[in-house]
Amino acid sequence: MYKLLLSWRYLRTRYIALASIVSVTLGVATMIVVNSVMHGFTTEMRNRIHGILSDVVFESRTIDGFRDAQWHMDRISQIAGNEIAAMTPTVVVPAMLNFEVGDQWITKPVQLIGIDPETQGKVSDFGHYLQHPANRETLSFELRERGYDTYDHQAGPNSRPRKQMAFAGMGYRRRMAESRRFLAAMTAPPGQASAPKAGAGEGASIPPADPFAGVNLADPFSQKKSEEGEAADSGYEQHTGLVMGIALGSFPQQIGKKKDGTPEYEDVFMVLPGDDVKLTFPTAGMPPQAASGLFTIVDFYESKMSEYDSSFMFMPIRKLQEMRGMIDPTTQVAMVNSIQIKLKPGVDGSALRDKLQAEFHPELYVVSTWQDKQSALLAAVQMETAILNILLFLIIAVAGFGILAIFFMIVVEKTRDIGILKSLGASGWGVMGIFLAYGLALGLLGSGVGMGLGLWLVAQINWIADVLGRITGRPVFDPEIYYFYKIPAIVDPFTVTWIVCGAVAIAVLASVLPAIRAARMHPVEALRYE
Amino acid sequence: MSDGLSPFQPDSAGRPMHSPLHFSPEAPAGQMLEDASEREGGLDRRRRERRGPGVPACDGSAAARGLFPREDAGVDAGVHLRRDPPVQLCAVDLKKNYQKGPVVIPVLRGVSLSVREGEMLAIVGKSGSGKSTLLHLLATLDAPDAGEIYFDGQRVDHLAGLERDALRNRYLGMIFQFYHLLPELTTLENVLMPLMIGENVWGYVRRRRQLRQTAAGLLEMVGLGHRLRHRPRELSGGEMQRAAIARALVGSPRILLADEPTGNLDFASGREILELLHRLNAERKLTIVMVTHDPSIAEQADRTIRLVEGQLEPGAGPARL
Ligand SMILES: Nc1ncnc2c1ncn2[C@@H]1O[C@H](COP(=O)(O)OP(=O)(O)OP(=O)(O)O)[C@@H](O)[C@H]1O
Ligand SMILES: [Mg+2]
Repeated sequence: MYKLLLSWRYLRTRYIALASIVSVTLGVATMIVVNSVMHGFTTEMRNRIHGILSDVVFESRTIDGFRDAQWHMDRISQIAGNEIAAMTPTVVVPAMLNFEVGDQWITKPVQLIGIDPETQGKVSDFGHYLQHPANRETLSFELRERGYDTYDHQAGPNSRPRKQMAFAGMGYRRRMAESRRFLAAMTAPPGQASAPKAGAGEGASIPPADPFAGVNLADPFSQKKSEEGEAADSGYEQHTGLVMGIALGSFPQQIGKKKDGTPEYEDVFMVLPGDDVKLTFPTAGMPPQAASGLFTIVDFYESKMSEYDSSFMFMPIRKLQEMRGMIDPTTQVAMVNSIQIKLKPGVDGSALRDKLQAEFHPELYVVSTWQDKQSALLAAVQMETAILNILLFLIIAVAGFGILAIFFMIVVEKTRDIGILKSLGASGWGVMGIFLAYGLALGLLGSGVGMGLGLWLVAQINWIADVLGRITGRPVFDPEIYYFYKIPAIVDPFTVTWIVCGAVAIAVLASVLPAIRAARMHPVEALRYE
Repeated sequence: MSDGLSPFQPDSAGRPMHSPLHFSPEAPAGQMLEDASEREGGLDRRRRERRGPGVPACDGSAAARGLFPREDAGVDAGVHLRRDPPVQLCAVDLKKNYQKGPVVIPVLRGVSLSVREGEMLAIVGKSGSGKSTLLHLLATLDAPDAGEIYFDGQRVDHLAGLERDALRNRYLGMIFQFYHLLPELTTLENVLMPLMIGENVWGYVRRRRQLRQTAAGLLEMVGLGHRLRHRPRELSGGEMQRAAIARALVGSPRILLADEPTGNLDFASGREILELLHRLNAERKLTIVMVTHDPSIAEQADRTIRLVEGQLEPGAGPARL
């Protein structure tokens, strides 16, 4: 009892000891914040990666793919049908994207993915990342009339404005075609003319309806006439629909400063849904030929993983197979490069991967889980978290030495009291208990306050980042870099418990040596101590 | 006021003990007194015979007769002394050296003494003669290099640490020149300290009210009833010493060891303290061993012994009967 009373009194009267646990407090708070933010980032990233990729991907080693997706899917079902929720075939091929902004053609390498609009949404969160609410419900490669989001629906209405998106859609496409036709009629003699440049408003330029139809010498594609040409001759009809990675067609632009001094951005679109772009990709077969065509953007894909947002383009799989010559003309059996597999909840992806890989020859097929696909990135983040944790825990350990030193001081200062207690019959264990209880109390207090502070910081992290940004004049968390609008922080109770327990343990451990010293103190010498 | 003086009646329930393990932390007060009778004869007699004349007897059997001395408060001092009260505390040939590097400083060179129950013994001597050292040995705060110490006929100097702690907690009360109150605690808490040490948390919490009453009663007795919540630094020297006495008494000790209790006090407060000690000695039959400088104080004791260079001066004043 006296142990508790005395350690409580020491806690209340020795403020110097409180100073020594400030570092424990800060260490605990920092660890909680760092872990929460890292956990948030990792979770967000994993979610995104997982949302983009299906649970398990079954691929051929060649981009020319394998024959007969249906046969393969049946085979996979035979092997592990009861673990699989859905499957969809895809064709993935590298491609070159071209579109015209102002007078300039922009060329970008992209990853062109042929997807089955019916089943794609079943294997991943694909639909979730689209910009038209109806497309999020059911994807269609038909251009919508209007109604695209004018802000990032994942980040909420307070995110960067996307004013141009208000115009996007079929109506925009018609108006553009109208004005082009009108301009052509005004500026060129009837008959033939080079494709006029439409007056580009709002930073977005409208590519001519069919730049390849005209005799435009600057046009690198003019030598080959697209099959699409006649379909959308007038510009009223759409070409094959295309979902474009949002970072391929837009960029954020600073439009001023907010009241608090942090820069304010707006998304500027170089192309909008309704505009046409040109894609060139290799055909299947030996040697590969370049196939190209005009496509109409029907939506933007925004996964917030900049790696994907700046490279993915999606089009209907059947059309891609046709254009690449992947369909056997006689049997109509098409080739695909990969099958995306969605697992039932609770199924172990790696086990399924191994099972499938055992059945399909690894020379021809690669089976991987989504984690495998991004293992380097995920491992890097994990490593980073681990190292940060070690460093921060060392800080707390250093705080432990502070506690040790101050405890020694207090034990020396309390020498006489220790002698008195022993003369009153307190045992060495009892005296030790006082200081251990004191260490425990300090540890609990320090890490408790640290936990509170840490959790508060996590809860207020975005506000704090804003304030810091305002003070330093530079945003701490730049959404342009991370593609998140706010810092994702997830508190993992398990981690928090560990951190707090670790800090308390360090405080107690640090008090063990001084406590032993106090316990060993000779009562007479302690009483004689001045 | 007399029941304020004996807040605890010794607990007679317990198992018989045959060894010095007697002062185990669990052993209730009073138990060892019962058992002491079993040790009559044998060892004790032999030891007595070994001693030369003038060396006090460490008579365990006598201790047995003094069973529950606080209960016969009605017996007056004269009767008590006529019955030749038993020896309560007894030291045989105590030696204590301090080693300073290669130099051995002999502080006590064979001190033998015995204290009878209810006696008030004064130890006088020059500064540095080893009075405090002797008192610490008697209080089992330190172990002698040679010699034996008996408490109620039980040898206590070689007890294990925890048993000595329990002995100090239950049967010995100590007061010091510099009061030695714990500065973080209030007066009441300081007085409660021995009880807190003796009880575990649960026992203390359960009996909290009663224990606090005991402590408050003692503070009342020493005239500090109005100072319960004060910190020691808010008290005068005399008040602090009175609080220290209350603390020493709260566990109903059998003997009070005082190291210059008035050494740091002015004359008036010193006399108050002495009066208090005398009252305790007379009313409670509390055995008191008191170290002092002051011959006038020593005179008031039943008996005075003088330490000279680590040895008892031969022909120290006899007990004043
Ligand atoms: N730890 C120690 N190391 C060495 N010598 C010591 C130690 N403790 C005490 N002494 C010596 O033992 C001797 C006796 O000390 P003690 O405190 O018992 O004297 P005292 O009679 O109580 O004196 P005072 O009346 O001044 O209190 C002194 O000479 C002292 O120097
Ligand atoms: Mg002394």
